[in-house]
Amino acid sequence: MNKLRCLLTRGGGFLALVLAVMSGAAEPISYNRDIRPILSDNCLLCHGPDQKTRKGKYRLDVREEALAVGALVPGKPQESKLIARINAEKPTERMPPPEAHKTLSAAQKQLLRDWIAAGAQYEKHWAYLPPVKPATAPGRNPIDTLIGERLAKVRLQPAPPADRRTLARRLYFDLVGLPPSPEEVEVFEKDQSLEAVSRLIDRLIASPHFGERMAIGWLDVVRFADTIGYHSDNPRNIWPYRDYVIRAFNENKRFDQFTREQLAGDLLPGSTREQKVGSAFNRLLLTTEEGGAQPKDYEARMLTDRVRAVSTVWLGQTIGCAQCHDHKFDPIRQQDFYALGAFFADLEEPIIGRREPGMLVATDAQEAELKRLDEALRRAQEEFDAPRPEWQAAFGAWQVAQAEAVTRQRQAAATNAANAKNSTSGLPLREIADLLLIPAAQRDQKQQEKLYAHFKSVAPETAEAGKQLASARKARDSYEESIPHCLVSQTNSHPRVVRVLPRGNFLNESGEIVQPALPAFLVPPGSATNGLRLSRLDLANWLLGPDNPLTARLVMNRLWKQFFGLGLSRVVDDLGAQGELPPNQPLLDWLACEFRDSGWDLKRMVRLIVSSEAYQRSSVATKELRTRDPLNRELAVQSRWRLEAELVRDNALAVSGLLLDRIGGPSVKPYQPDGYWENLNFPVRSYDPSAGPEQYRRGVYVWWQRSYLHPSLLAFDAPTREECAAERNRSNIPQQALVLLNDPTYVEASRALAARMLKEGGSEPKSRLTWGWRQVLDRAPRPEEFQTIQALLEKQLTEYRADPAAAQALLKIGQAPAPAEIDPAELAAWTNIARVLLNLHETITRS
Amino acid sequence: MNPHPDFRQYLAQRQTRRTFLGRTAQGIGSLALAALLNPALLSAVAAERKEKWPGVVGSLHYPQKVKRIIWLSMAGGPSHLETFDYKPKLARMHGEPMPSSFTQGKQIAQLQGQKLLCFGPQHGFKPFGKNGTTICELFPHIGSVIDEICLIRSMTTEAINHDPAHMFMNTGSQIAGRPSMGAWVTYGLGSESEDLPGFVVLTSLGQGGQNQPIAARQWAPGFLPSRFQGVHLRGKGDPVLYLGTPAGVTHAQQKDVVQTINTLNAQYDTIVDDPEIGTRIVQYEMAFKMQTSVPELMDIRPESPATLALYGCQPGDGSFASNCLLARRLAERGVRFVQLYHKDWDHHGGVKEGIAFKAREIDRACMALIVDLKQRGMLDETLIVWAGEFGRTPMSQGGDGRDHHNAGFSIWLCGGGIKPGFVYGATDELGYSAVENPIDVHDLHATMLRLLGIEHTKLSVKFQGLDVRLTGISGDAVTSILS
Repeated sequence: MNKLRCLLTRGGGFLALVLAVMSGAAEPISYNRDIRPILSDNCLLCHGPDQKTRKGKYRLDVREEALAVGALVPGKPQESKLIARINAEKPTERMPPPEAHKTLSAAQKQLLRDWIAAGAQYEKHWAYLPPVKPATAPGRNPIDTLIGERLAKVRLQPAPPADRRTLARRLYFDLVGLPPSPEEVEVFEKDQSLEAVSRLIDRLIASPHFGERMAIGWLDVVRFADTIGYHSDNPRNIWPYRDYVIRAFNENKRFDQFTREQLAGDLLPGSTREQKVGSAFNRLLLTTEEGGAQPKDYEARMLTDRVRAVSTVWLGQTIGCAQCHDHKFDPIRQQDFYALGAFFADLEEPIIGRREPGMLVATDAQEAELKRLDEALRRAQEEFDAPRPEWQAAFGAWQVAQAEAVTRQRQAAATNAANAKNSTSGLPLREIADLLLIPAAQRDQKQQEKLYAHFKSVAPETAEAGKQLASARKARDSYEESIPHCLVSQTNSHPRVVRVLPRGNFLNESGEIVQPALPAFLVPPGSATNGLRLSRLDLANWLLGPDNPLTARLVMNRLWKQFFGLGLSRVVDDLGAQGELPPNQPLLDWLACEFRDSGWDLKRMVRLIVSSEAYQRSSVATKELRTRDPLNRELAVQSRWRLEAELVRDNALAVSGLLLDRIGGPSVKPYQPDGYWENLNFPVRSYDPSAGPEQYRRGVYVWWQRSYLHPSLLAFDAPTREECAAERNRSNIPQQALVLLNDPTYVEASRALAARMLKEGGSEPKSRLTWGWRQVLDRAPRPEEFQTIQALLEKQLTEYRADPAAAQALLKIGQAPAPAEIDPAELAAWTNIARVLLNLHETITRS
Repeated sequence: MNPHPDFRQYLAQRQTRRTFLGRTAQGIGSLALAALLNPALLSAVAAERKEKWPGVVGSLHYPQKVKRIIWLSMAGGPSHLETFDYKPKLARMHGEPMPSSFTQGKQIAQLQGQKLLCFGPQHGFKPFGKNGTTICELFPHIGSVIDEICLIRSMTTEAINHDPAHMFMNTGSQIAGRPSMGAWVTYGLGSESEDLPGFVVLTSLGQGGQNQPIAARQWAPGFLPSRFQGVHLRGKGDPVLYLGTPAGVTHAQQKDVVQTINTLNAQYDTIVDDPEIGTRIVQYEMAFKMQTSVPELMDIRPESPATLALYGCQPGDGSFASNCLLARRLAERGVRFVQLYHKDWDHHGGVKEGIAFKAREIDRACMALIVDLKQRGMLDETLIVWAGEFGRTPMSQGGDGRDHHNAGFSIWLCGGGIKPGFVYGATDELGYSAVENPIDVHDLHATMLRLLGIEHTKLSVKFQGLDVRLTGISGDAVTSILS
């Protein structure tokens, strides 16, 4: 969980209160907004959906039951037992009971009282109702209309638009994950027209780096990684899936199709190679090669892993809670959990042990080349197999000579065992020797063929043709090996039997057998399956179908977080009762409907969001805003946050000029401290950093070792992707300082940036510093900044001039050679200047 | 509903700083300006905002018996049958079929589908201490302090493979992504150390070559904020990743660089007024301090010859004994939770020789840690836990080894609040199942938190809609072993 979320989860009711007070208007009590969170958090464990933990004789989440026992008497709080119990003097009477460690505040008690007075009306949980698209006036971005309505209601004044430089950097980081060049910013600053903004947005959304940026969040939530996760944490062939995701975002693959391909790409009629690679989604889970792992144990782990994944990625439900029991807060039965898992029981895969190499993922050119090599191999084989009179003749002579030699050798062996031992060299193997001793006429065809084949493998006459055959085979095989492979989904017509596991215990096989089924609480009763077993494709189709109110909201909520730093509903992985009713539900619902109505057009939604005034506002909040809406739930202002781990890296490589911005390919290995993998075993692992330009690829391509994620990414809160992660921490810890100060990646980038300051920044310290500032921050240094940095520069220059060896040592860090034409002392001093620039808070902040 | 402590702290922090700088959102106060021009004052700004995490447990639920925990993780799964649980009957039945009444319906790892034969203890046992507690004679040093130790012979766990079993022992869950106990404890109580992390991990290898992998998730903060993650202090290379200043940069130059970064960040803060910037300044100071404090901590050369002899280690040898000595040094510096992994306990084969190796590696060191803490008056404020992720089968594997086993095994505790010289619980006569006072991992965690003053049901964090805690949904502190 996110630190921010940690902070928010308890702060929410408080915030609702603050806003309710500041809005001044007494809004009618809403069950979903005001009452459900109180009941859910304090009462439902014992008076809720799970029959096993239900201690009360009735449920409070079902109105009829609460009325029947008199817990609620609509309109008459004084007669309602609920009110009596929460206010009871005696601890034995009082609810919630002391052992629950829950306390209702006075405000909460008052809300319950008012709600009963107003008739104790219930509502279905907001996220289970279909989203309704609010009407918005034409001519204005509906996002701004809907935010504006809230702002007017709570009487908050929105912040002014961000300045052009900030906006350009924000759009670049959010849409492509790279910084703009100073020249681009300069042009953008000069052209203050609205068209300039929309042109920039269009250009960035069309950039091939858009897919890389969008992929980061998706790869987190689906838990993409290069290794299996458990125990030995060995590699598996999976990276083509990462490139599939990048391509899908770049091509604006419609989200419904994107979903179908990942869950069931292999089941689509006439499925393409690309669609099958998409289906690698089903193989992203953790697996083990540990000796002694029990298949039943891991079958259960894999099922639960997949259920958690589908519910996190597409449903935003904590269905994982129903592994051992019915859900405590949401109407999810244990059976729903296993029935959802049963959709994946058809997947062909080893439960324990090494994964298979997977499907060949060749480009057209590679496929053509492979075909050519296949053909060459076939020809060489033909050549070798063709009847040839000259070989036949030689074969005759060879048989005679060899038969004699064998006979001689055997006689000698009979008389002198020691001699025989010494004279066996140059003679055929025993099996062949035996054949040679059978007279040719008495050999059957098989024996004769065997002998001929052996002859061809040793005879000088056939050597040339044999060599050609061998080299054709080697060429073909090694080429095939060089082509990427990817684990994909393959269906088995005999799916594994799935049972409900009582208390999640895999040793207990007494549970009922379940068939694949959609979660009962979301599917209208009586949905017929005509007796057919539902497939993964059915699941995918239902997820994007009209009956599912969750997916569109969930995906839009996560997308919103990418652009505003916080979801509209702040708990981005739970739209259930323990999540949060979004303060601006009309906006989330509008986005969800628009997304669906647009035919699941993600680029359209991104464009709508970043084109809004709300997105383009300044991120500097006034004192009033900060006091009245400290967590910025009303979006009167933009937010600022530290860049994602991958982008911290990308930014440093980009501004230093080292970045190789090629799209896709095998994962790469940045420099890593020696011994970081020392605790990996089976086998012991060595780490070889990528050589040459591959060293300077973007963070999204970094080798994702689940049990030891690259420490520079880990320090900046990249998740290990052992579990689906819908959001990341945004921490601020000393390890981040150590990475930016001392990791060779950043020292080398600093040196490259320093060389550019010296070469491209003119000849004066001032112009060079200004050049560097513009390169890193797209602005000139302010006078006080200039003073501060100049003092450091002068000191460093003096020190390195006095110690050339130190300068040389610093310049040696990293693979890229230092330019020989620059004075080492000067370059070393400037390298430390560049280190300062790459370490600045502003440099690693999206504002 | 009260705001979350993080949130309270965030508000308080902003308030403090605004007061100190005398700043309004529109302008810079004169003191702030002065601070920018004067590095000493800048430090004062940072010092004012020193982020010493106080912990979320405001007032303790129980009297605090210990301030810190040193957890000795015997990774791989030590055989209880060659360490602390003497089973003469198993010796008598050596080679005979294991009665199925013991094994029916139980989880089995590598011995699945194989013939199960009893495998007697491979080493002798003898009584130690005032109470004559019988333990394996390979561990005479531990025997010499057995009167300080509370031995538990009825430990159980749910998992039976290394990786999930470590996860369960560390996080109370077999699903990746939950906070490790060290993270929970630091989150709950904070750290007393100014310039070291609150949760530190050390690892060492055994000579037997059965070194099972350990994933970094074992000390991960899970869904708690990243600041609570365990920091792995390494024996080779930089003790903390990226701790070393780049070649060609002196300590003084690094200081200048850090100082300049902090000054520029403070200057930027006057424009955008972002509380994260203050935090970042503090983190850079902390990082820079760690560049000195950690190497100083790791250097055991200044320890007296007597101390080195007590532990039986040499500076730089990377041994478990060295790590025990480092654990004491970390304890002295206020680190809240120290976890030592010592590997190579996975004796599927050659258990006889294997255990002898282990005894040589850990016996003296464990004793030394106890004796050393005691002579410094720190033992009664420290809890030492010695535990593997599981035990090993009373049945043989391959004729000379033992398989993984989770139905009953031995661990020990030592230090404040614990009944010393006490033996708790027992396995059946063949050492298969814990039959007397069985305790599980949640119970162990609950007991550990209780000694720290925390009621385990009250230390929870909202995650995916649940009040998630280290002890899952069960666990009872084992009060019978508390003094």
